Amino acid sequence: MEYVIEMLNITKDFPGIRANDNVTLQVKKGEIHALLGENGAGKSTLMSILFGLYQPNDGMIKVRGEEVQIRNPNDANDLHIGMVHQHFKLVHNFTVAENIVLGKEDVKNGFLKMDKAIERIKNLSEQYNFNIDPNAIISDITVGMQQRVEILKMLYRDAEIMIFDEPTAVLTPQEIEELMKIMKAMAKEGKSIILITHKLKEIKAVADRCSVLRKGKYIGTVNVNETTVEQMAEMMVGRKVLFNVVKGEIELGDSVLKVEDLNMHNKDGKQVLKDVSFEVKAGEILCVAGIEGNGQTHLVEAITGLNPHYTGKIYIHNKEITHENIRQRTLSGMGHIPEDRHKHGLVLDYTLAENMILQSYFDKEFQNYGFLKFDAISEHTNDLIQRFDIRSGRGEKTVARSMSGGNQQKAIVAREFDRNPDLMIAVQPTRGLDVGAIEYIHKQLVGLRDQNKAILLISLELDEVMSVSDRIVVMYEGELVANVYPENVTENELGLYMSGSKRGEV
Amino acid sequence: MSDKNNIFKPAKNIWNKGMNRLGKFSKTDAGESILSSILAIIAGVMFGFLLMLIFVPSDAFGGLWIIISGAFQKGNESFGNFLMYAAPIIVTGLSVGFAFKTGLFNIGATGQFTVGAFAAVFVGVRWTFLPDGMHWMVAVLAAIFAGAVWGLIPGLLKAFFNVHEVVSTIMLNYTAMYLVILGVKTYVYNSLYSESASVVSEAVIPKMGLNLIFPDSSINGGFFLAVLAVIVIYIVLKKTTFGYQLKAVGYNKDAAKYAGVNEKISTVYSMTIAGALSGLAGAIVFLTKAGAHISTTYSLMSQGFDGIAVALLGLSHPLGILASGLFFGYIKNSGFYLQSLSFSKEVIGIIVATIIYFSALSMLFRNLVKKIFAKHVEDVKGDDQ
Ligand SMILES: Nc1ncnc2c1ncn2[C@@H]1O[C@H](COP(=O)(O)OP(=O)(O)O)[C@@H](O)[C@H]1O
Ligand SMILES: [Mg+2]
Repeated sequence: MEYVIEMLNITKDFPGIRANDNVTLQVKKGEIHALLGENGAGKSTLMSILFGLYQPNDGMIKVRGEEVQIRNPNDANDLHIGMVHQHFKLVHNFTVAENIVLGKEDVKNGFLKMDKAIERIKNLSEQYNFNIDPNAIISDITVGMQQRVEILKMLYRDAEIMIFDEPTAVLTPQEIEELMKIMKAMAKEGKSIILITHKLKEIKAVADRCSVLRKGKYIGTVNVNETTVEQMAEMMVGRKVLFNVVKGEIELGDSVLKVEDLNMHNKDGKQVLKDVSFEVKAGEILCVAGIEGNGQTHLVEAITGLNPHYTGKIYIHNKEITHENIRQRTLSGMGHIPEDRHKHGLVLDYTLAENMILQSYFDKEFQNYGFLKFDAISEHTNDLIQRFDIRSGRGEKTVARSMSGGNQQKAIVAREFDRNPDLMIAVQPTRGLDVGAIEYIHKQLVGLRDQNKAILLISLELDEVMSVSDRIVVMYEGELVANVYPENVTENELGLYMSGSKRGEV
Repeated sequence: MSDKNNIFKPAKNIWNKGMNRLGKFSKTDAGESILSSILAIIAGVMFGFLLMLIFVPSDAFGGLWIIISGAFQKGNESFGNFLMYAAPIIVTGLSVGFAFKTGLFNIGATGQFTVGAFAAVFVGVRWTFLPDGMHWMVAVLAAIFAGAVWGLIPGLLKAFFNVHEVVSTIMLNYTAMYLVILGVKTYVYNSLYSESASVVSEAVIPKMGLNLIFPDSSINGGFFLAVLAVIVIYIVLKKTTFGYQLKAVGYNKDAAKYAGVNEKISTVYSMTIAGALSGLAGAIVFLTKAGAHISTTYSLMSQGFDGIAVALLGLSHPLGILASGLFFGYIKNSGFYLQSLSFSKEVIGIIVATIIYFSALSMLFRNLVKKIFAKHVEDVKGDDQ
């Protein structure tokens, strides 16, 4: 009995698409097995089949050597299979412990008995160094902690096989590191872990073996320590991927964006921006680095006009726009790839074509006396689909909601780049994308800079910060605490600035 | 044996082809909506039938037949009346549906309808100084204007004071009712019948040729106004940048804001237009010769609430609302002919309301199920970000 899990020749069809095509996945006991693939490769579908959310059209599943039918998540539970979804399924106004026991409560005379459960949760939490308070309310704890609750939920149910669907997408670098430690500890205890991801660095760091899917097909399984990152990337994408951003020297031009003494307070009266001043010039990629929640979001809201409640001054091309509204700023040459693509970036119930004109529907190009020019809109959309390789089920008529996250992001990127703005504000533009798409977006950013445009890049990924930017400012608790050049700074140093342990000249 | 097969083969072929088409149709967006609305209607009629079985079992089948064949009971008269009943319901449905498409719950169609009715009657009774050809037009415009004002108020309250439109429109329904009763008693009162006076004949919406097709019915050009309203709203929502903006706000306020749309102004526009539509419906009902009068009893007019059901069944789509409004008109008209059987007036009222609201409700359930299902699919799918 070498494998705990064997998924053999699994095929799964959705209307119009074969999400899994004769896929095989074999997981050994006690290993961390990475499942690698681009967006839409079929990773989540395969795991949903293992967890009983979907039934395969064809193929066989063996658990501990025995063929099984997994009809629903309860069956999976009985087989000691657990899963952490990317979007956590927690009840926000319940405590940690209540969430963990939900569905497996101890009841005595109609009353909930929590003592034993809390005791057990405490033990588990100690065993793996979770540092979690069973009585905390979910809405009060960080995303990283919430993820631990999900993990505890699996442990509480004695899961032996744990599926993590892109667990690091929502975490900060520190939290990622801690999660990796936890995974390793659990694997040591004999638990088998399936880790879905498209981040190669993470696979290198924790996984023993790695299986690769591409467009629904099984490509192969490799031993991680015998395989380079480049080789895995090539398996995943189907071609060679450039990891280093190629960037020539370029002369800086005039000031495009200037920010002077920005101050902002949030609703609770807490100061979220503190005397922020900086400038981005034509032909420059300025990166604002920092740990999530240190004021980057507010800074972008101020510059784009989404939140006008700030003091200080903002200039574009040396013309003050401090009091202009969002539309006026857009028209003065600002592009904005927003942080939250579902909240701001797209109208999910609109079609792809309708989303492609979100920032320009009022333009002469797309309307005539207030009537939309559908031919022009559709031509425009098809052009962007072609150029930016946006994949979707029904082309321009696809409802944005039904597109995969990666392609939604590509759509936004396409829309904003195509407007050819003088200033591009790109907030975590590659978040959650796979290497192929990341490479592509980086190329676009550099291309824009080479056309003498200014780019303000907000990023949490140190790799990205170091490789793409021309200059870096670090934000900590609403303040700029460093102004450095990537050639003269190490990732370590940046980390110190970001955590507030060090301050530099601004 | 083989002979028999041969006889049935063509029929079977046609059946198979038909079912195939229907299957394919149900996979398209429009097809799914239309089929589910039709299913809801069938469910509603069946439920009405069940009620008739309970009230007067012996007449239930006859009743079902009348309901199904209602508009054809009396040739052109019944058919014309069916369209006449449908007209205002279509327009209030449009009012609710339009607001809904743009992200607002207009529970105030009743109030907007009421003030519209009063404005129409006031002009129709008192402004006799107007030239003949223009009188009815001014009365209609006055109704539209009054309804618009009654929509503007909750629009402003929502945009600038963050007062939820459900609360303000419900309150304005009652305000409208009391104000209008006061207005009727003060300006256009027929104290003999405790209702509004009749509008002068120049203020009645002309027949616009409909009297040639339906000589025995009291239908008038109001039906054309309703269809016109459907067309205008359809064009605004589908073809214009204005509609594009309003819908963007309705679907996703934050994204609209990101795109530079002023969502406050947009809210005000939406509610004002919704109000104007309900006001128009008021004019369509009361600018008739048939003797529609505003009653001074303290109860809300039902047409606005019908609008909610119509919008629901029509999935807030202008053409869907046209269809579901016609259905409602059809059932109401059929209810009139049910009197030929031994159903009492109250029971008929119950049956008609049941069919209408049950259809709308079963639609709601379908939507709910679909939504829950869609959410489930999304949860699983959403993982690939
Ligand atoms: N419930 C579903 N209905 C229809 N298509 C789906 C569904 N779930 C996934 N798909 C499609 O199947 C393919 C694989 O998706 P998924 O397994 O989520 O990919 P991954 O997790 O690797 O990004 C995609 O093209 C996706 O659009
Ligand atoms: Mg996925």
